[in-house]
Amino acid sequence: MKCLGIDIGSRTIKLTIMKNGKPIYMHKSLNTYDPINEVKKHLNDVEYDVMLATGYGRSLAQREFNAETVTEIKAFAVGARHLFPECRTILDIGGQDTKAISLNDAGKVVKFEMNDRCAAGTGRFLEVMAKILGYEIDEFGNAALKGDDNIQISSMCTVFAETEVISLLARGEKRENIARALHRAIAKRSSAMLKRVGVIEPVVFAGGVAQNPCMIEFLEEMLDISLVVPEDPQIVGALGAAILAGEK
Amino acid sequence: MADYREMWRSLGIDLESHDNLLDILGKLYGDIYLSQNKRPEGMEYLDFVVSEVHGYRIKELLDAQKVGSKVFGTFCVFVPEELIWAADGICVGLCAGAEIGKGDAEKVLPRSICPLIKSFMGFKLAHLCPYTELCDLIIGETTCDGKKKAFEIFSEFKSTYVMETPQMKREKDYDLWRNEVYKLKEKVEEVTGKEITPERLKSAIKLINDRRRALKRLNKLRREIPVPISGRDALLINQISFYDDPKRFTEKVNLLCDELEKRIERKEGVVSDKTVRVLLAGSPMALPNWKLPGVIESSGAVIVDEESCIGERNIRAMVDESGETMEELIDALVDRYMQIDCACFTPNNERIEHIIQLAKDFKVDGVIHYTLQFCDPYLVESYKVEKALEKEGIPVLRIETDYSMEDVEQLKTRIEAFVEVLR
Ligand code: SF4
Ligand code: SF4
Repeated sequence: MKCLGIDIGSRTIKLTIMKNGKPIYMHKSLNTYDPINEVKKHLNDVEYDVMLATGYGRSLAQREFNAETVTEIKAFAVGARHLFPECRTILDIGGQDTKAISLNDAGKVVKFEMNDRCAAGTGRFLEVMAKILGYEIDEFGNAALKGDDNIQISSMCTVFAETEVISLLARGEKRENIARALHRAIAKRSSAMLKRVGVIEPVVFAGGVAQNPCMIEFLEEMLDISLVVPEDPQIVGALGAAILAGEK
Repeated sequence: MADYREMWRSLGIDLESHDNLLDILGKLYGDIYLSQNKRPEGMEYLDFVVSEVHGYRIKELLDAQKVGSKVFGTFCVFVPEELIWAADGICVGLCAGAEIGKGDAEKVLPRSICPLIKSFMGFKLAHLCPYTELCDLIIGETTCDGKKKAFEIFSEFKSTYVMETPQMKREKDYDLWRNEVYKLKEKVEEVTGKEITPERLKSAIKLINDRRRALKRLNKLRREIPVPISGRDALLINQISFYDDPKRFTEKVNLLCDELEKRIERKEGVVSDKTVRVLLAGSPMALPNWKLPGVIESSGAVIVDEESCIGERNIRAMVDESGETMEELIDALVDRYMQIDCACFTPNNERIEHIIQLAKDFKVDGVIHYTLQFCDPYLVESYKVEKALEKEGIPVLRIETDYSMEDVEQLKTRIEAFVEVLR
């Protein structure tokens, strides 16, 4: 049986197909203003028997394709445990939200935290800031690694932080130092969220932002642990969804 | 529906915005209420009351005023309404559960203030609430800082009398409150021109106790598995208890309870017995603030009790009915009202004990602790509530939100995930 899991996020759509407990297909693409058609395009390309959707757009998939749904929290829990059977804590920083999830011994979600409403401290925030500083998103983390720890950014609101960054630039501050300060601010916020659910190792770091080396460094330093980062941190939710599709 | 436009106009209502408000309300009600399955038949009365929320009841109140009754508006379950009824007055608990008149409210209030406060100010400044407009007197209180200070501004637009509510529950706080209750009695007598005699007060106490008894009866039925009525409907009944005629309301709720008892005999629930049961605890949920209950009950859970002022906090304690003299009756009122476990008190450990007890009595799978944004008393207290519940092994989810719809998707994700955890 081919089980399809789809994670319809605010920024990207991720898709995984599992057969006999092994992923046989993975795909990622940017989401658009028309998520349904975007999803349709992908579904036309593949074959599957059962389907389960997660992510921000899961209820769209439910309405449109009669798909079963679970929340990202459950999907990430299942996906992370599949990749790392010992995993007890997950930090997921995606396009529009940040989640901290704590699992018990058996892999069941016992507690979670999520940012509410705004995109403060999420992938989207990093993207906006990278743009202001003239970086591509994939070089942003490396640039920040080269910066000095001489300044602090206090604002986590995308709008206010933008103002803060622009005034720092106007003061002649080096852009990699600003980049570093921005990373530190997000890491601080995320580690506080993790601490609220309790940090038990192994801690899996997932979501698009887990590709950012500076975020990893800061988080490891602040939490005083080493993080486990999946080979493709963005696919964890879709993987979990595919596994759950098989169970339903 | 009868044409009430003349009536509204005479009250100074802004008709155009008011039409808009009724439209939104109607649509919201259709989405959240009328779409439910297996609603008890007794909800028809409540549907009627909601459809006539600014119509029939307003007319009743105006008619009562024509023959000399006075109408008092309140914003807190701390105001001993028995005194009002005892003077042939009418008490309406004003709601403030809609994001309406926000622009007007923000002209006089800071942006970061509890939405309930913003809403009552907004309703007044935008001339949208016929209840507020027709009231002869608004009775405020000094519970939380936001409300206390907002009444100073509110009183510029509407005659307002403020009671001082204590913050602790020591001997001298009881004395303070007793004094305030006597002062309110005088004030009510002054406004109504009627003397409050012990006989009248005694029968008013009975009238309001009867309403509490009916609501308690309703809540008791919600302990059953499967639960015979949805949380949304039960919340609505509690919301309407604040402005409907108490006698008629009590009768209707009792009739509804008769129906629910038959359902229970047949083991017929409004949802299946597998549905996740939650207790909703926290800040008040004024009409028509149905956002969170709507999200919860469309995420595979059912709310089986409300630990809030529109719920348990308003009906838990009863006034002792045995007093004969004025002194005894007032003491009975003082004792009853001082049992309210509002987060404005410090310490407020009894609230935590109550929540744990309710969670057990109603056999809930988890507790959702709800706070209105910027409501410091409940927000700060939620930390202790969470700790205590976790110690008891009762899962809890803390939600902080306001009346706007912009966070509905995020709320859905968090609540669905909580339900997944509880399943
Ligand atoms: S929460 Fe407290 S202040 Fe607010 S209505 Fe209830 S008793 Fe009054
Ligand atoms: S909800 Fe909280 S902040 Fe708002 S009026 Fe009531 S006690 Fe005050």
